[in-house]
Amino acid sequence: MVEMVSRPYATAFEKYAVAHPEVLCLSADLTSSCEVDGFRDRHPDQFLSLGMAEQNMMSFAGGLGLAGYRPFIHTFGVFMYRRPYDQLMASVAYPRRKVRLMGFLPGVTTPGGMTHQSIEDISVMRSIPNMTILETGDATEVESICEAADSIDGPVWCRVLRGSVPRLFDTPIKVGEMRELSDGTDVLVVTSGICTEEAMRARAAFAKAGLSIRHLHLHTIKPFDSDALLDHIASVKHGVVTLENHVVDGGIGSLVAETMAEAGIGKRLVRLGLKDTYAHGGSRPYLMRFYGLDALALVGGIEDIMGQEFGITETHLDAARVDDVHSLVKAEAL
Amino acid sequence: MRNDRNTEDVALGIRRRVFEHSIRNNGGYLSQACSAAEQLAWLYNEQLNLGDPTLPMIPKPFEGVPSSDNPEYHTGAGYNGPADPQYDRLFIAPAHYALVAYATLIEVGRMAPEGLEMFNKDGSSVEMIGAEHSPGMEVHNGTLGIGLSTGSGLAWGRKRRGESGNTWVFMSDGEVQEGQTWEAVQACAHHGIDNLKAIMDVNRQQCDGAMDSVMKVGDIAEKFRIFGAHCVEIDGHDISAMRDAAQEKHDGKPLIILANTSPYHTMNILQERFPRLHYVRFKSEDERARMNVSIAADLGIDPIEYVH
Repeated sequence: MVEMVSRPYATAFEKYAVAHPEVLCLSADLTSSCEVDGFRDRHPDQFLSLGMAEQNMMSFAGGLGLAGYRPFIHTFGVFMYRRPYDQLMASVAYPRRKVRLMGFLPGVTTPGGMTHQSIEDISVMRSIPNMTILETGDATEVESICEAADSIDGPVWCRVLRGSVPRLFDTPIKVGEMRELSDGTDVLVVTSGICTEEAMRARAAFAKAGLSIRHLHLHTIKPFDSDALLDHIASVKHGVVTLENHVVDGGIGSLVAETMAEAGIGKRLVRLGLKDTYAHGGSRPYLMRFYGLDALALVGGIEDIMGQEFGITETHLDAARVDDVHSLVKAEAL
Repeated sequence: MRNDRNTEDVALGIRRRVFEHSIRNNGGYLSQACSAAEQLAWLYNEQLNLGDPTLPMIPKPFEGVPSSDNPEYHTGAGYNGPADPQYDRLFIAPAHYALVAYATLIEVGRMAPEGLEMFNKDGSSVEMIGAEHSPGMEVHNGTLGIGLSTGSGLAWGRKRRGESGNTWVFMSDGEVQEGQTWEAVQACAHHGIDNLKAIMDVNRQQCDGAMDSVMKVGDIAEKFRIFGAHCVEIDGHDISAMRDAAQEKHDGKPLIILANTSPYHTMNILQERFPRLHYVRFKSEDERARMNVSIAADLGIDPIEYVH
């Protein structure tokens, strides 16, 4: 049974910020929802409430960066780039301010529907010069995201998990690297964020079916180590499947496709994720099933690559975790 | 660094330079020189506490944008001197006032006249819309409405550090149509940011024409006060009024000086172009010649010789 960690960000941010006085905690009226309410109460001098005014917050953070501070902005990811995109560009990204953009509720991890689900943020951030992109997939990565982000000389976009988070890894994020979770030779599976846990649910079933899967987990999306990925692709016979909590256009599916195309790799690629569609409001397991982001979708992708069916059904997969709808670790329904 | 000339002379010099440039180049941001010359002259010649320039009098060419591959990158802030704690900082929020701002740098001895010859030339850092790397600029403000927010963040940070220097933002009135301006003022009021000071060129003009015809903004001063700023209205061509306004007490609030100005002050013939004054490009050689003679007379100089 996987270990569940309660509110790893809350603990990790406080520990990191207290040790680094140049770090400032910014929030836009989602303080408890981003697990920094305790920090606000215990360290009010290091906390700045900027209200529901993200455009000002983004440029304000740029000004704080100019003054030598390293602001960590806390809000839902979707509110940090859609409305204040111009400010993100002009006040943060262009001048390479050391602003750490802590985007909570990535992709379908919220029942809030279209307005709350950041489904194209990676695509947007990948195309912004000077931007670094990190994504957390487990509690250990959430615990290490502050130090990892704050090591970057420039702005950093982070996809952060909150609430009850599984511990899958025992080593912190090392920016620029990727995790090799299994070293098979048939198919390469590349996942990030919450999709990594999904892929791990299918591990035993694949082994039983005689499939040798090489599985990579990406926590650093930009900059990206193309050479390392190409080595892994060269190590598998049949092809590559990507699975992401994001639209496949511009996300890690595109990243892998571009890497393969530029290197002239003639192998199959199946990209799983949101396919040119918005999601809607619902529970995470429901949304992951409905939009094809879960372990069963991965099985389908691998069957596509292999050109055969393996008879793997839900009963062969490790059980999915189902969070209580009103768990104490959640700040609110959203 | 203090200039020996009086501020009225600096303002006149700014207008002469912008006028000469516009006649020679068959157009320019002439109207902004009419409305804003006193404000920029006063800031640089009297009000701002700035150190000596740290960048060459003749601007270097464009040396690339900020990037991890460009470690030598720097902004144009060095024309305003070093960013030491005791010194003031200035953002030109409406970056299309750059021509007027560059002329000001020349008039106060912070840039060589050759700098203006580089204006809007390919490969030059003296860009038409002031960029971060353009002389006198420290941040990108070409997208209107972000300057006051950036100034607020810098001012809050400087106050936290105990720095004595103020952060000044030169603004334009069109920016009050942007919601971000009001977000910035409410944030300043909430956080008591009172080392932030702004002077706004209220010329009632914007790109499409007179602001009242594009989008009415109502009583700007009252709106600023309600949002939590200390707001003073003055005649923007009266330098003594600026001096008085800057002395206003504004504890716990930002100071915003509304400088009411005329978009054709000292260049009366520009009234012919009202209400399209945002960028004056001469419509004919005849208009160019008439304006040359008329404005030169207004500014007390001979008409400019130019290539037809």
